[in-house]
Amino acid sequence: MPMLLAIELAYWQETAIKVAVMAVLVPTTALILGIVFLFKMMSWMQSRMGPQEAGPRGLLQLLADGVKFLQKEDIIPDAADRFVFKAAPIVVLVSTFLTYVVVPAGPDLVIENLPTGIFFAMAVSSLSVIGVLMAGWASSNKYALMGGLRAAGQLIAYELPLVLAVTGVVIQVGSLSMQDIVWAQATGEIFGWGGIGLPLILTQILAFFVFMAAVQAELAQPPFDMPIAETEVVGGYHIEYTGFRFLFFFLGEFATAFAFAAIAATLFLGGWYVPGIPPDSVWANVVGPIALFVKIMFVSFLIFWFRFTYPRFREDQLQTFAWKYLIPLSLVNITVTGIVVVAF
Amino acid sequence: MPKVPGMVKGLGVTFKTMVDTLKPSGGPVTVPYPHVKEEPTARARGVIALHEDNCTACMLCSRECPDWCIYIEAHKTLAPPRRAGGKPRQVNALDRFAIDYSLCMYCGICVEVCPFDALFWSPEYEFSEVRIADLLHEKERLGEWMQTVPEFEPYEAGSEAKPKKVPAYDPR
Repeated sequence: MPMLLAIELAYWQETAIKVAVMAVLVPTTALILGIVFLFKMMSWMQSRMGPQEAGPRGLLQLLADGVKFLQKEDIIPDAADRFVFKAAPIVVLVSTFLTYVVVPAGPDLVIENLPTGIFFAMAVSSLSVIGVLMAGWASSNKYALMGGLRAAGQLIAYELPLVLAVTGVVIQVGSLSMQDIVWAQATGEIFGWGGIGLPLILTQILAFFVFMAAVQAELAQPPFDMPIAETEVVGGYHIEYTGFRFLFFFLGEFATAFAFAAIAATLFLGGWYVPGIPPDSVWANVVGPIALFVKIMFVSFLIFWFRFTYPRFREDQLQTFAWKYLIPLSLVNITVTGIVVVAF
Repeated sequence: MPKVPGMVKGLGVTFKTMVDTLKPSGGPVTVPYPHVKEEPTARARGVIALHEDNCTACMLCSRECPDWCIYIEAHKTLAPPRRAGGKPRQVNALDRFAIDYSLCMYCGICVEVCPFDALFWSPEYEFSEVRIADLLHEKERLGEWMQTVPEFEPYEAGSEAKPKKVPAYDPR
């Protein structure tokens, strides 16, 4: 292992490896979430078995669905703004890809350890609003436009509690870098006992709650799925998309869910740190990705659990929930955190 | 703001359902249909079966059918007398009894009106055909389904007592 880490690569080689890893990783994460949670866990929660035929226990069902999407005719409405229509899914997917850049999977396993990592992640994840608005506008369909506008209103409203919840963590750690946040949790102590480090969920439980609620809304998952509410706006901004363009939206949705789960795991659950393995040892690079994956699956379980349990909110309830409850809560959290950090 | 206790309860319900589905003693409520046949309830209304011996070709079912999907053909014939020395009886011999299941809407009126208990509900449900014309089933097929008709279940206690049309005089 030390031998492997000692290999020096040219910049272009390093970049090529990183791009390849991302290109494989992002669709895989979407597949994992889709199969494990959307197909299997949702079925179990509804007392069904889920897909059974494709592959062992139906595990290849999503691949089969992906192939099906690729076979479909690529339809663009006559009145659509063709360039914007084609660009919209790509914008959404690019925002998803960029979010992965700063999430660390080990002491050295990070695509780019930006000093302002969490700020970067929040910034690029809100890019997807533009893609959604573009899709809604370019489809030349009133339901698509309504869905796009709903999405814009919702994503902007929930961007605020999301960022404010992260602020609490950043104040406590004193750094915007994702690696620093993990290190702070790995080396932290609970009243002098450093057995499991200091997962920030213990001190920032309020922020964790606000963050998860805001993530649910950011992903437009039920109970916050008004932008794509099929009973109200028949799929919203998806409505005119077929085939691989729809697949892009689907990939974007689930890969973003994975990315947000990764951010939540990093901010609140200690990221790649495993109790018992010193964070500066090489083994942290080996065990780190596995630990991070387990934590991500836990957070994703929460996200999808809420998704499959609650019915959709009304549009006004959605805005009320953000502006009247989540934002004041997160402001209180910031204030308390700030006072405590300054006082001690 | 939704009420918190109800929301937490809802999470519990979905989680419990998931655990119950995964437990060996539990399992899902659904069955993987083509591999495992679903067991319908005893009185499920799947298809209408014909007990040919009971049919007198009285045409009541055919006339009551809202869709006119029952075809009956019969001819008059003489049956041996019931008692020695009696006259031969005139009876209807059934030539054809067919139900067109592409028209039938499974209302069960024919089963209700049959005065001689010749029609029965069967829980059998696998009788789809590739061509719509093949859904016209003749009495042979209808007779086969008689074997799937469950035994008569006794009524629930008290359900047989018919209420009197005219209530008894109450001097109060």
